[in-house]
Amino acid sequence: MPFKMLDGNAAAVEAMKLAKVQVVSAYPITPQSSIAEKLSELVASGELKAEYIRVESEHTAMSAATTAQLAGVRAATATASQGLALMHEVLGMTAGNRVPIVMPVVNRGLAAPWTLWCEHGDAMSERDMGWMQFYCQNVQEVLDLTLMAYRVAEDENVLTPAMVCLDGFFLSHSMQKIDVPDQELVDAFIPPYKPKNLYLDTKDPMFICDLTGPNEYTEMRYQQKIAMDNAFDVIEKAQKEFSERFGRELDIVEGYRTDDAEVVLVALGSMCGTAKYVVNKLREQGKKVGLLKITVFRPFPVKQIREVLKGKKVVGVYDRSAGLGGQGGPVWCEVSASIKDLECDIRHYVGGLGGRDVTAEHIEQIFNELMEIYAGERKYHTQWIDVKENAMEIRQVIKNV
Amino acid sequence: MYDIKHESKGLVSHGVSACAGCGLELIMRNVLDVLGEDTIIIIPPGCSALFSGFGNETALKIPGFQGNLENTAACAAGVRAALNAKGNKDTTVLAFAGDGATVDIGIQALSGVLERRDKVLYVCYDNEAYMNTGIQGSSSTPYFASTTTTPAGKPTGRKDLVQIAIAHDIPYAATASIHNLSDLRKKVKKAKDTDGPSLLHIHTPCPTGWRYDPGKSIELAKAAVQTGCWILYEYENGKTTINYKPAELKPVEQYIQPQGRYKGLTGEQRQELQEHVTKTYEKYIKKLENIG
Amino acid sequence: MQKQPEAHMNKSKKFRVYGPVATVFSSSNTGSWRLERPKVNFKACIKCGTCAKYCPANIIEIKKDQQECVVIDFDYCKGCGICVNECPAKCMTMIPERSED
Repeated sequence: MPFKMLDGNAAAVEAMKLAKVQVVSAYPITPQSSIAEKLSELVASGELKAEYIRVESEHTAMSAATTAQLAGVRAATATASQGLALMHEVLGMTAGNRVPIVMPVVNRGLAAPWTLWCEHGDAMSERDMGWMQFYCQNVQEVLDLTLMAYRVAEDENVLTPAMVCLDGFFLSHSMQKIDVPDQELVDAFIPPYKPKNLYLDTKDPMFICDLTGPNEYTEMRYQQKIAMDNAFDVIEKAQKEFSERFGRELDIVEGYRTDDAEVVLVALGSMCGTAKYVVNKLREQGKKVGLLKITVFRPFPVKQIREVLKGKKVVGVYDRSAGLGGQGGPVWCEVSASIKDLECDIRHYVGGLGGRDVTAEHIEQIFNELMEIYAGERKYHTQWIDVKENAMEIRQVIKNV
Repeated sequence: MYDIKHESKGLVSHGVSACAGCGLELIMRNVLDVLGEDTIIIIPPGCSALFSGFGNETALKIPGFQGNLENTAACAAGVRAALNAKGNKDTTVLAFAGDGATVDIGIQALSGVLERRDKVLYVCYDNEAYMNTGIQGSSSTPYFASTTTTPAGKPTGRKDLVQIAIAHDIPYAATASIHNLSDLRKKVKKAKDTDGPSLLHIHTPCPTGWRYDPGKSIELAKAAVQTGCWILYEYENGKTTINYKPAELKPVEQYIQPQGRYKGLTGEQRQELQEHVTKTYEKYIKKLENIG
Repeated sequence: MQKQPEAHMNKSKKFRVYGPVATVFSSSNTGSWRLERPKVNFKACIKCGTCAKYCPANIIEIKKDQQECVVIDFDYCKGCGICVNECPAKCMTMIPERSED
């Protein structure tokens, strides 16, 4: 298998190319733009045989991708931040009509304030729309999870669209040495697209997405819920087959050195790489720490999380999104709910917003706090772990009085 | 495939819950009659969604998709691209939306399709307001017409959809009206045979929204053309053809008198409306005669 | 639903599908709406077909060689009155739905 130097965006494109998408409708937005650009280059050169719709907004991008896939071909789109927010109502159409689109989402914070940089607030805002969500730790995972997403989303027991989330700039623009599988291997793993449920075909007509009364709406949402439940089995099987074919392990959650850990940090995305480095460093010092990395955030892997966190007395959860107005961010709220019957002191951390780097120092600080809590030496933790001292004073203006 | 539980002449059910006297029903039947069954239709929420159906039942025999209010053109573009990718250039992709879904919230998606020259047949049926949600004004509501959001009469004229299409220089665009069905059908056929995007802007009176006796729908559509409130013309590859130019415009009172939505106008306003209609018509005809 | 080849249409099975889709082509009982219905004076009818052309529900048939030359499907007629309004021979009238006629 050949190795290539690819950044996250290029890896996503590579996966979409290997999946032989036939319609591309992507609108540029930082830090996703190179995905839209690379796809158009591949179409122009003939390397990817696809129709390229140069859409005029993300709302159109997702609308066109959804109906294109309903008309019987694999459609590709990708977005970030504001674009994902603009797509919001159409995400419901895609999921509710059971259209298994796979979409890379380059995680970037939402305005206001304007930011161009990494944060999970955009994808977290869409977590109830009925899409699966996979979070990548490194660029290899971007390629692998995208390939796996096609396999899982299109399974007839799932038929649910999937977002493959990669951190803006940290993954999208960082070059790593990537193992790109051969087309034949991918063809064996991802079969040619066949619409299995609803489709638009004049030889076999049906009317899709008409008005549904209160007597049936609940049942259709329930069908989606059952599909989310089914996804775990399908993901596990797909990951097992992936490992056999491509020689790499993927999992739903990863308990990194958590077996005998006294305290565990839960996190998503690229910061897990840094967190693993810190875990190793602290372990060398004899501190029993571990990391629970969540790869599959939707559907939320309650069983797998409980397996890792069972018996742990102190857990920290790192939310890379603010979760404003909530008791905590989305990840903390859901992890807490998943272990609510277990005796566990579960602490909430927010950081890495708007492109702020999640540093090894901060993670070490978190682990130290958690261990102090474990030892009974600390009561309060630093929830907003990387907020500056003068947060309320950072803007001063001279006013005319 | 459809479980056919109803005998129908053509591709549309006879028992559709459109209002009695609805011109849209006439448009849907005639458009689909010309296009035939190798057609995929995209319908937004609105009056045309009555044809999409409810629950398990539909009033159409062709495949279709009900998208969002603003993305009818975008959904059509997606279907077209997929069909092209599969090597199918024959199936017609029909976008069928009302004035609100087209000139207001849907103008961006439509503009995108026109600029990209996606081969989509876009039919905009114009009943001059957001009728299905309760007769709210749209940017296609005419001057002084009363709607639930312009109760004292609309203070501005209407957005010109076909001129917007012409500004994109598409191969075929035309206006039509339900009173002249042979003209309408001819234009649908031309649009179907166009190699590129085509737009039909079809005027349809609405008994519920305009408040008139439903039997007068055809009569009012004709009066609109005869008083200069609606102009029948085509734009074909850069050339404009005015299909019907009355020798003398009938007074606009003949058009507005039967309609409840103009009932509140004072004598002064009626005069102003007449001047507005005459002036707009004359300016428009001059502009059309100067295009190519 | 999976595609069935045309030849097997009479053997087609029912498949389970998920999500909002209409698969039954049917009609509403729109005939029950009307408060009045069109009545034709067959002798005066010139069989021009204008009523059939303009009927929004497409439920008027012209039978040129029959005495009852205009056949209206009253299962679906909504009583809008367009046919009566447009008839060039003025041979149609709207009568109350419950009239003895």
